Amino acid sequence: MSKFRKKKKGMPAVNTAALPDIVFMLLFFFMVTTTMRETDLRIETPRLPSASEVKKLEHKSLVCTIYVGKSKDPSKHGIGFNKIQLNDKIASADQVPAFIINARSKVSEAEVPFMTTSIKADKESNVGTITDIRLKLRDVNALKISYSASKGAGN
Amino acid sequence: MARRENPEINAGSMADIAFLLLIFFLVTTTMNVDSGVSKKLSEKPPADYVPPIIKEKNIFEVNINRNNELLVEGERMDVKDLREAAVKFIDNGGGLGKPGEDGTPGLPCDYCGGERSESSSDHPNKAIISVQSDRGTEYGTYIKVQNELLRAYTVLRNRLCKKRYDISFDELEETYKDNKSNEDLKKKVEDIKTAYPQIISDAEPTS
Repeated sequence: MSKFRKKKKGMPAVNTAALPDIVFMLLFFFMVTTTMRETDLRIETPRLPSASEVKKLEHKSLVCTIYVGKSKDPSKHGIGFNKIQLNDKIASADQVPAFIINARSKVSEAEVPFMTTSIKADKESNVGTITDIRLKLRDVNALKISYSASKGAGN
Repeated sequence: MARRENPEINAGSMADIAFLLLIFFLVTTTMNVDSGVSKKLSEKPPADYVPPIIKEKNIFEVNINRNNELLVEGERMDVKDLREAAVKFIDNGGGLGKPGEDGTPGLPCDYCGGERSESSSDHPNKAIISVQSDRGTEYGTYIKVQNELLRAYTVLRNRLCKKRYDISFDELEETYKDNKSNEDLKKKVEDIKTAYPQIISDAEPTS
C-alpha cells in the first residue's frame, strides 16, 4: 500500500531554460530582416494609387526613391500636393539629376543600368510634376522608372 | 567554516528581457515589398531628330483633361471601358506588320482575333498607344489609365499564350523567373512579348 502512496507528488515544473534561446532566435531573425527607414518624410505619407499590373521592385540597394506629396509644414514650403522630396529635403525638379548622380556614385559601375527610380506620389499630385521629374530623369539617362502603387483591383 | 557553493544567478527574467526586445523589433519591422507600375523611358532624342511618320490609324490616342475626364480617339469614355477599347485597337490586325530588321517583308497578324478593320491598327507591333495628359491631371487618374492599358496587353498576351503553350502568360513568366537559365522558357516568353509588344508613349502634357 505504501508503494502507491509514495507517488503523491506535485507535477514537476516544465523546464523553461531553453525559452530565452528560442526568443533570442526570433529576436535575431527580426533584427536581421528589419530595415530602418533611412529618410524622414518631410511630406505627408503619400496615399498611393492602386493598380493591378504591378511588379515587385527587386534589388533594394539599386532603388532610389523620390517622394511627391503634401508638405508636413505648409508654412515653410507652401501648400499643394506637388512638393518633391529628395533625401531629407523638399527640393525642386532641377535637383533631381544631382540626386541621381549622387545615388549612382554609391553603386558599382556595372550595376548602374539596373538602377530604378521609384516615384512615390500622392493620388492628388499633378501629372505636371511627375512629367518634370521624368524629363530630368531622361536627361541623366535614368530610364527605369516605377510608379509606386499598391496592389489592388485598380479601379 | 564550511564553504558554501556559489548560488546560481537567477536567469528567470532573461526571457522577459528578450521578449521586450523581440516585441520592439516586431513593431518596428516593416516587411512591405515595394511594388509599382514599371515603365521604361525612351532615350533623349538628339537635337536633329525627325520623328518618323506614323499612320493615323496606328495611333490610339488617349487624352486626359484637367478634370480627369477621358477622350479616347475623339470620343468621351469612362476609364472602365478603356481596356476593352484598347484591346480592340491592338488586336485589330488590319494590315501587314513591321518589316523585319533583315529586310523581310511584314507579315499579316495571324494570331489576332480582331475585326481586321481598315481604319484601325495594322498589326500589334505597329499599334502605338499615345497618352496625352494635362499638367493639372491628377496622378491617380493617370496611373489608372496606364494600368488599364497595361491590362489590355496582359489580356492579349494571356490569350495568345494559352493558345500557343496552354498556360497563361502570368504563369509562364512566374515559372521563368524561378528558372532563369531555361532556354526553352525564355524563348516562349520572348515570343509572346514580341507578338504583343507594349508600345505606350507619353506625349508632352498640355498646360
